[in-house]
Amino acid sequence: MSRHTLSVLVEDQPGVLARVASLFSRRGFNIESLAVGPTELPHVSRMTIVVSVEDSPLEQVTKQLNKLINVLKIVELEADQSVQREIMLVKVKADLDSRSHILETVQLFRAKVVDVAQDVVTIEATGAHDKLVALLKVLEPFGIRELVQSGMVAMGRGSRSISDRSPRSTDKAV
Amino acid sequence: MTQEITGAQSLVQSMEAAGVEVVFGIPGGAILPAYDPLMDSTKVRHILVRHEQGAGHAAEGYASATGRVGVCMATSGPGATNLVTPIADAYMDSVPMVAITGQVPSAAIGTDAFQEADIRGITMPITKHNFLVTNPDEIPTAIAQAFHLASTGRPGPVLVDIAKDALQGNTTFNWPETIDLPGYNPRTRPHSKQIRDAAKLILSSRQPVLYVGGGVIRGNASATLKTLAEMTGIPVVTTLMARGAFPDSHALHLGMPGMHGTVAAVGALQQADLLITLGARFDDRVTGKLSSFAPKAAIIHADIDPAEIGKNRQADIPIVGDVAEVIPELIAAIQAEFDQGVTGDYEGWWVQLNRLRDTYPLGYDFPTDGTLSPQYVIERLGKISGPDSIYAAGVGQHQMWAAQFIGYENPGTWLNSGGAGTMGYAVPAAMGAKVGRPDTTVWAIDGDGCFQMTNQELATCTINEIPIKVALINNSSLGMVRQWQTLFYNERYSNTDLQSHRFPDFVKLAEAYGAYGLQCDSQDNVDATIEKALSLNDAPVVIDFVVHRDAMVWPMVAAGTGNDEIMYARSLAPEWGSDD
Repeated sequence: MSRHTLSVLVEDQPGVLARVASLFSRRGFNIESLAVGPTELPHVSRMTIVVSVEDSPLEQVTKQLNKLINVLKIVELEADQSVQREIMLVKVKADLDSRSHILETVQLFRAKVVDVAQDVVTIEATGAHDKLVALLKVLEPFGIRELVQSGMVAMGRGSRSISDRSPRSTDKAV
Repeated sequence: MTQEITGAQSLVQSMEAAGVEVVFGIPGGAILPAYDPLMDSTKVRHILVRHEQGAGHAAEGYASATGRVGVCMATSGPGATNLVTPIADAYMDSVPMVAITGQVPSAAIGTDAFQEADIRGITMPITKHNFLVTNPDEIPTAIAQAFHLASTGRPGPVLVDIAKDALQGNTTFNWPETIDLPGYNPRTRPHSKQIRDAAKLILSSRQPVLYVGGGVIRGNASATLKTLAEMTGIPVVTTLMARGAFPDSHALHLGMPGMHGTVAAVGALQQADLLITLGARFDDRVTGKLSSFAPKAAIIHADIDPAEIGKNRQADIPIVGDVAEVIPELIAAIQAEFDQGVTGDYEGWWVQLNRLRDTYPLGYDFPTDGTLSPQYVIERLGKISGPDSIYAAGVGQHQMWAAQFIGYENPGTWLNSGGAGTMGYAVPAAMGAKVGRPDTTVWAIDGDGCFQMTNQELATCTINEIPIKVALINNSSLGMVRQWQTLFYNERYSNTDLQSHRFPDFVKLAEAYGAYGLQCDSQDNVDATIEKALSLNDAPVVIDFVVHRDAMVWPMVAAGTGNDEIMYARSLAPEWGSDD
């Protein structure tokens, strides 16, 4: 199994998220993360979907996705040719002794403290999946009170836009 | 200035603009506003059915017999959920269909209102697309898009759910000039390089088979298929969904492949070095155990749905396109090879296939106790009524025998529920077919189990003067399940005895519905009874053929086994010959 990141342009229609999500579950795929939001184009939303799957079933699910009428374009983003980011908010126990260590860690990871209370600090961190995993590992011994993480968003590197890219051609892919 | 009308009037005008001539349906609260203007339409005929499932299968039968989009209509909640089975059926068999449902008023959506069901959500995985319309101005666009989607590309069912307030609200009628669906561009024209490669592979292969699926019927490509087969001399097999796509009487035809296919058709696929797959989808009932299916064959796979290519079997030459465009281009490419002196040589292949065909023809044993053979009944029916009739089958043994023992010569004459296997399909589908082709004799070949699921539509047929004919193959059992119990469950017949030799009295039942009821339980009367039924055209006819219950469908590839393990008859495996 390998991780794949799909960028999916969809028409901004009611029900489109349900169509996409249920298609994955119906065909037996687990979505690891899903992020959806507006794009530079009016009435077009963009989903970034991360799935763990072998190549050949991925191709099948991509083709099935392409059959959804509201799906406009699907591009698979390779990790080394795209910028991939997640955002994380984590509330960490911080007493007088540990606070400075935590702040040091925050600086090392270029994260930010966004809220401070008597006994906790809330940290915002952005980055690739691995970086956030590493940060969490370092923070864990201090005591994590609460954690929330976004789905991954990703964009291809270079000057081209997803709107210029040819869609993942199902004809060529088979 | 355009006239102000209601959403309901706009819906009826939209259906008229889409060319709808008939709708099968039942009114109810949420769809009620639509039924008022529908009463005044001179173009759209509404046929009031007795159950929404009947409306859905009738729309399917109409569509399959005519090639046009079938339309069914129901109210919200249970009306809509009763359409779920035929919608799923149409999805599996790529039937062009539009289902129109009423929905509770938009303000009530999500409140668990009376007769509310999220039919758009429910039908998402079984429709090509669906719409929920809450604004009356959007009705014409939704209807136009629904008909476009249902009938183009890979055909399929589309559902339009319309909130009651959208039907009641005021609007003006604006039929869209163009269809604006940026995410929908089915590719119909194949890549020329793949066509050239396919032509070369076809002519260099020695043991090719044209593996023909239902797409050839939906795509109206039967005539060109015949040209392709005849110019090359390549054997043809037609799947359950493709019966009629190629004449059964044709010398190149090996019959139906699959679980109950002919030994020649199954053997041809298993021994082939090339499958030229046209509008077929490597369904498990055709392939048997996938890993041992056609082990030596290279695969050319042409389909209008790119997702079918490589889904079950990897294709060596994938061709995305409409078979109606693919086949003529293949013909041209093969002709170009011929012109350069390249021809195919399938002589040795035909020696092998002819041996299989001659040694293992389709056949059946007559019961020794003098009871009626179901296969004989169906065979005689096909002979007497002929290839210009339409035959709609239910699901089970009678369906397989009808696929095996009736000779089909034309596309659109064999209607059945292939993918979904929906019992109860036959009577309403025959009704829909008869509405679409009133001058054609339409038979429902049904089992006693299937018939009892949807026979209430006989009332619809009688009242609306739709004189279908029903050949009831009454073995008093859920026959196919019983066959599996015989073969795989030590003859323990758990809950498959319907006792329909006792109840109901099918002759009386037919008469109660205003149909002719005939009965036949001996071989001597089969021809006369069929002829009698053919002479009665002022009302539906039901013939209760009381048949032997232990008859089985052969040949058979048991579920989960490979096609090489096909049994010609019980405990009788064919000998494949020395080739492999």
